[in-house]
Amino acid sequence: MHTLFHKVWNAHTVRALSSGQTQLFVGLHLIHEVTSPQAFDMLRQQGWGVAHPERTFATVDHIVPTSAQTRPFLDLMAEDMTIALERNCRQFGIQLWAPGGVESENQGIVHVIGPELGLTQPGMTIACGDSHTSTHGALGAIAFGIGTSQVRDVLASQCLALDPLKVRRIDINGALRPGVYAKDVILTIIRRLGVQGGVGYAYEYGGSTLDAMTIDERMTICNMSIEGGARAGYVNPDKTTFAYLRGRRFAPSGAAFDRAVAWWRQLASDPDAQYDDRVSLDAASIEPTVTWGINPGQSVGISERIAAAADEEALTFMGFERGQKVEGRKIDVAFIGSCTNGRLSDLEEAARLVRGRHVAPHVKALVVPGSQAVRKAAEAKGLDAIFTKAGFEWRGAGCSMCLAMNTDKLEGQQVCASSSNRNFKGRQGSPTGRTLLMSPAMVAAAAVAGEVVDVREMLEEAPV
Amino acid sequence: MAAVTSVTGRGLPLRGDDLDTDRIMPARFLRAVTFEGLERHLFEDDRAADPSHAFNNPRYTGATILIVNKNFGCGSSREHAPQGLARSGIRAIVGESYSEIFLGNSAVLGIPCFTADRASIEALLTLAERAPETQMTARVDTGVVSAGGLSIQADLPPALRDAFMSGQWNPAAMLLDKYDEVEAVAGRLPYISGFPSDT
Repeated sequence: MHTLFHKVWNAHTVRALSSGQTQLFVGLHLIHEVTSPQAFDMLRQQGWGVAHPERTFATVDHIVPTSAQTRPFLDLMAEDMTIALERNCRQFGIQLWAPGGVESENQGIVHVIGPELGLTQPGMTIACGDSHTSTHGALGAIAFGIGTSQVRDVLASQCLALDPLKVRRIDINGALRPGVYAKDVILTIIRRLGVQGGVGYAYEYGGSTLDAMTIDERMTICNMSIEGGARAGYVNPDKTTFAYLRGRRFAPSGAAFDRAVAWWRQLASDPDAQYDDRVSLDAASIEPTVTWGINPGQSVGISERIAAAADEEALTFMGFERGQKVEGRKIDVAFIGSCTNGRLSDLEEAARLVRGRHVAPHVKALVVPGSQAVRKAAEAKGLDAIFTKAGFEWRGAGCSMCLAMNTDKLEGQQVCASSSNRNFKGRQGSPTGRTLLMSPAMVAAAAVAGEVVDVREMLEEAPV
Repeated sequence: MAAVTSVTGRGLPLRGDDLDTDRIMPARFLRAVTFEGLERHLFEDDRAADPSHAFNNPRYTGATILIVNKNFGCGSSREHAPQGLARSGIRAIVGESYSEIFLGNSAVLGIPCFTADRASIEALLTLAERAPETQMTARVDTGVVSAGGLSIQADLPPALRDAFMSGQWNPAAMLLDKYDEVEAVAGRLPYISGFPSDT
């Protein structure tokens, strides 16, 4: 009668702290160049070591340039922050994957490489100094985004001081209609439950729609749990999860894999598990979804009009009016990438749409693979040629224009069709820049049309 | 570590729901290996767009209690946001609600994030706007926030309240205490012991 969340929480509980919080062991710690340097400085100030360097893995993703990744980087701050991470990892014996270093082919967005390398496994507690750590829940892990002082705590002790979360079960049942993707599902969930609705909760996603989804799709859903206020989101491990993990570098192998599967199976929520709340959605009711506002809950279906009750500040900033459709909105930039939608399957679906077509002349379009492995796999399938022939830039791996810490930024009031996760004011690097969140296929369609369109119309035309 | 039992000072009223950490500290100011100087960039883009922004208003210089609405600090987990607030002199936040990551990041810096209902927050915001010189006191033990003749009831998560009261709001040392218990838990996790055949 327990949920996966409670089983994993209990298995990792060290003790109740005198403060009343729970001391929780962290099975996997992922770090990157932006939220870790101060944590290492705090360690040095205290004279502390790293308790379990073998359970921490590092990469560079946030500031890393995606145009040219040869070292030294032209962006001097990106170079400095990478050097700082290299020095810290060397001092404390932590595995780092970065351009110019060992196994640099493993570099990528931290939430893409964790699952890809088999580091992320069911039943683990995972922490990373990044709010989209919830992504790893797609494999049945309980994964928390943390701040830098907590990065210090995990480095020093391999533990966190946390309060337990409530669990909300979200059932999505039925088949998704053509042109509707995992991104549309999570945008719809956030719209329905609100950007604050998940505060205090972990979201457990299930139902026949989730059962039928690939791990990539489940990652898109879990990734944006935090946009709905839920610090963690997860899907119970099943045969899709086990098949995904088999043969991955850090996954158990041989007979140990079978024993692992037996353990993973028993971690899944019991059929009679008690939930603090339950919500259900009909998959067939979801259509391609786009945001019109300045938080990820402000969205509409592509055929819908912006509601009369829409927030004034958001409308003014975005240049929309009540009753208007987002369809037809002219775009300046198209961005395909990020920890939400920068995996191989995302690029394949986008490539399917742009093959034989061309980006509208006024649109700057870029594809930023989530990892070097995604990039390599995409190139092996010829996707890079499809994208570049269609007028997209084909980049190296990183977070890039999702948060605009590198040189990829919006300018002025540019409008960006983006497969990323946040449409906050200023998020894509221009204080007045405007972001429309949507699926990678919708971004591809918008890039070609030069404006927001219903991807289903483009899918109906026979692919060339 | 000192106990945080109460915070006294002037209030800084900042209206708006869902003020995310990108707004509080835009990502370009994360291009640094320290937190130094972040206080200069708090709400930098919002302040540029709105000259009347509370963080532009000299009447609130030196305020120590930030008053906010719903879901403050949502979005990115960047500790740079509460670090900037702490370095600007903010010692407590009173609002309708917070993202959990922001609340935790603030707590570890010794900044309690109190929650109260909308009407109480509205009263507090209005008072701070009308009379910025008003001294306010937010008490950790009782959750009472008093200002002039106004007194509202606010809450802290019980574990955090106790942590502030006992001076244990930074858990790092506690987590390192009795470390054999940590190793014992780790040793029982099958993925750490390599899924041995007896699990």
